[in-house]
Amino acid sequence: MSAQAPSRWALWLPLALFAVFAALVLFSLLRPADRAVKSAMVGRPLPQFALVAATQTQPGLARADLADGKVHLLNIFASWCVPCAVEAPQLQALRARGIDVVGVAIRDRPEDLRQFLARNGNPFSRIGADDLSAIQFALGSSGVPESFVIDGRGVIRYQHIGDIRADQVDMIAAKIAEAGL
Amino acid sequence: MKRLLFIAALFVAAPVQGDSTLPPAPYANVQLENLAQEAKAEALMETLRCLQCQGQSIADSDAQIAGDLRNQVRLRIKAGEAPEAIRAWLIERYGDYVSYAPRVTGLTWPLFAAPLALIGLAFVLLRRRFTRSAP
Repeated sequence: MSAQAPSRWALWLPLALFAVFAALVLFSLLRPADRAVKSAMVGRPLPQFALVAATQTQPGLARADLADGKVHLLNIFASWCVPCAVEAPQLQALRARGIDVVGVAIRDRPEDLRQFLARNGNPFSRIGADDLSAIQFALGSSGVPESFVIDGRGVIRYQHIGDIRADQVDMIAAKIAEAGL
Repeated sequence: MKRLLFIAALFVAAPVQGDSTLPPAPYANVQLENLAQEAKAEALMETLRCLQCQGQSIADSDAQIAGDLRNQVRLRIKAGEAPEAIRAWLIERYGDYVSYAPRVTGLTWPLFAAPLALIGLAFVLLRRRFTRSAP
């Protein structure tokens, strides 16, 4: 068997391959990665749940409270969560626009929650206590804070991961209008 | 003097609490009484991704959300649910990303097909080489 000289393009092939890999590595290194785990429940009906009241002054939260023909903003928060305190004025602003905001308090104590609401304001009409993060898993939520737009039929229409910033209030209000407020 | 003050300040600084003060869920760090069930639960937990510390499985993670998920996995196994049904329930909520066990899907099939194709290619090339070198 005679050794054949490799053709000209074949000589350059390894270098070209290397260049492709290098470009790929550079691209992935420089691009900020999106590490948020999105819920696969968007577009699907809320799962069945009923949470006891997280505070003495406000009712708890069940699925039936949300599928009542009106759009609701379901906010997952906790008194121990720092971004949740940052988010509070934005939730107040949404409430001032006539949007019903309901809360799910993750692994919280009534006393801590009372202090949190006294300090940061209370935009919630209902707050349910989720001490084992069970509703959080059922919704496909992976942290605090997160907000879900729930339409009048109880279908999850939008998920917002992280705190709602001041410049995102209009966007959230638009998502709520889209869901049919 | 200034430096001393700074060092002293370190001792009075209170770190911001970023975690719940509630105790861990009942089955977060406690094994199931039934050892066969615990083995099933552990095998499953090692292949579920922690949603916050994403390089770790929920079996390895100290995050509270991982503890709560371990609690839920163990309770469901205890109630007689099949591990794959629990995995399917989580994938339904978080997508394939939550599971470390790879599935063949429209997106991932090349990963499974490529080794087979390469072995096939190697086989063809080697056979040509050997049949030609034989005089």
